[in-house]
Amino acid sequence: MAKNDLIGGSLWEQYSAKVSERMNDPRHRGEISEAEAKALGARLVVADWGAEACGDAVRLYWAVDPKTDRILAAKFKSFGCGTAIASSDMMAELSVGKTVDQALEITNIEVERSLRDNADTPAIPPQKMHCSVMAYDVIKKAASVYKGVDMASLVEEDIVCECARVGLRTIKDVIRINDLKTVEEITQYTKAGAFCKSCLRPGGHEKRKYYLVDILRDTRMAMEQEKLFAQADAADFAAKNLIQKHRAIEKALDEKIRPALAADGGSLEVVDIREADGKVNIYIRYLGACKGCVSSTKGTLQFIENMLHQELAENIRVIPV
Amino acid sequence: MNRIYLDNNATTIVDPRVKEAMEPFFCQQYGNPNSLHSFGTETHPAMRLAMDRLYAGIGAGDEDDIIINSCACEGNNHVLKSVYFDLIRNGPKSEIVTTQVEHPCVLNCCAFLESLGAKVKYMPVNSDGTVDGETLRQHIHPDRTALVSVMWANNETGLVFPVQELAEICRKNGILFHSDAVQAIGKVSVDLGRVPVDFLTFSAHKFHGPKGVGGLFIRKGLKLTPLLHGGEQMSGKRAGTVNVPYLIGMGLAMEMAVDNLAYEDSSVRRLRDRLEDAILAIPDTMVVGKRKLRTPNTILASFRGIEGEAMIWDLNANGVAASTGSACASESLEPNPTFVAMGISDDLAHTSIRFSLSRFSTAEEIDQAAEVIRQSAQRLREISSTYKNDK
Repeated sequence: MAKNDLIGGSLWEQYSAKVSERMNDPRHRGEISEAEAKALGARLVVADWGAEACGDAVRLYWAVDPKTDRILAAKFKSFGCGTAIASSDMMAELSVGKTVDQALEITNIEVERSLRDNADTPAIPPQKMHCSVMAYDVIKKAASVYKGVDMASLVEEDIVCECARVGLRTIKDVIRINDLKTVEEITQYTKAGAFCKSCLRPGGHEKRKYYLVDILRDTRMAMEQEKLFAQADAADFAAKNLIQKHRAIEKALDEKIRPALAADGGSLEVVDIREADGKVNIYIRYLGACKGCVSSTKGTLQFIENMLHQELAENIRVIPV
Repeated sequence: MNRIYLDNNATTIVDPRVKEAMEPFFCQQYGNPNSLHSFGTETHPAMRLAMDRLYAGIGAGDEDDIIINSCACEGNNHVLKSVYFDLIRNGPKSEIVTTQVEHPCVLNCCAFLESLGAKVKYMPVNSDGTVDGETLRQHIHPDRTALVSVMWANNETGLVFPVQELAEICRKNGILFHSDAVQAIGKVSVDLGRVPVDFLTFSAHKFHGPKGVGGLFIRKGLKLTPLLHGGEQMSGKRAGTVNVPYLIGMGLAMEMAVDNLAYEDSSVRRLRDRLEDAILAIPDTMVVGKRKLRTPNTILASFRGIEGEAMIWDLNANGVAASTGSACASESLEPNPTFVAMGISDDLAHTSIRFSLSRFSTAEEIDQAAEVIRQSAQRLREISSTYKNDK
């Protein structure tokens, strides 16, 4: 990369042909009037997102069929750079034909991928990713207008970056979806922290409830943990350590045993797990109606043991205490 | 497509006469000027002529130095870093004073020096977009301030700073004064016989010379630790074999720039004003800074409801090259300090486009550009979500 980086590329050279094409001649530019929506038998939805002072603002027009919630037509207007225009254009295109709920599933990542000339080359440089996030946000806004609900019910109310109006969930999503590792990347993708910088880390311009450094650390930690759990869950029962075995046993009990016991007003808890002589001994205590039930040492016990043999391993022995 | 270049504050066309003057020093008189043999010495007359032209061009005295280097960026780094090494690192001073609106090569260099322990004060600009003497007086201290660095003219707005007044205040207080004159040479008079600056920096490519060569003026008697250590070139003040053809080109470019100052002030100014009037005839536009306070070639215009980068994309697609300091991908997403000081709304922070002319700009080009700009503004406002067409 160094050789290519040294003379510095123009941002514009990194745009895909599709991006350039839509910057020069956006297919869905313009507006939908009340009369046009009416002619389609549709309800007009208009949503604004962003602000001039932030450098990006977009307005989305949808004609939505009120019977099917289907988006029959979409147009946009934009105060934004070429990338914002191209992303808004693609976003509008992707939303046509979908229901409002389906449109809510469109992410900025999908918008960017749809703008690629080939699958492996990003359509826009990373510094420009935030422009496609705008397209993602305005859909949520439009859906909230259509549904007559507060946008907060569709997006998080926890705004992390006031300047760019970026919320906690968006930031966590962007970290997860794009596997972001630095605060700078979060800023590139979402614009959070690009303005007054207060939300980057404590000690800035003003005090904030959330800081990007903390969100990044916590989210990365959660991702790391989930990865470990996923790996542990995937491993063979015999190869698991005691804690992982406990998790697997609890999971199997939750899924296969406890619902059946609960139907009769009972339950059980795991008291101990001990490994000895090639066996896994699970000590359980019956709760509720199971306590003192005649079957609890015979049929029910057999049922539990069989199920665990089937789900986890043959060498499991269940011992009521 | 017939392209029109209106980005002369970024770089300029090399004057064909400059190119011609440089030509013999690539394949005929290619000697190293430090060599003892004739290949070396035969470069000297042309180099001396170039130095004479540079000294005359900025009004430097024979006892002053003009160090030939690679560009004003190098010169600015040299001044700031060497003042740090000479006067701040081990005392006796502690501070550098500059402005919030310097070129990144000054601001980033200052940030680096801050990381080494220097204190840097960044002066705000006033409602005219420049720095006045009163502001300077409030920021300097004779015992603490080692250096004041203020640009001669601003690259974005073209606003010319009152360098003479500022330099005199520093002189009176025993404080070194540096000016980055990269946007001033060839646009306004830079006469160091009159203006008491201690250090001055410039780049040839801003006044129709080649890229990659510049100059650093050092007032007589002042010492400045070298930035580049090595051989004895430039009397040990800047090591590295002198770029002979480029020095020769820069010398001629300087002479022509100064000779053309009257043309710049009359004809280029007239074309600039013509373009500016055409822009202001478009509704909801404004231009930053009073005309009489600006270099004659620069317009920083704002088009309400149009994002700057979208506009330069559209202008470029229609053959007009301009630039924006507020590209939404640029680092400087914070409000432009000049805009804030001049009370310009945040809503306009991302709408500015810089047009910069040169003596090569023609009336036909300006009229054609004005038409392209008008159409572009119209097209982009039609799809703007924030511009009210009925306003």
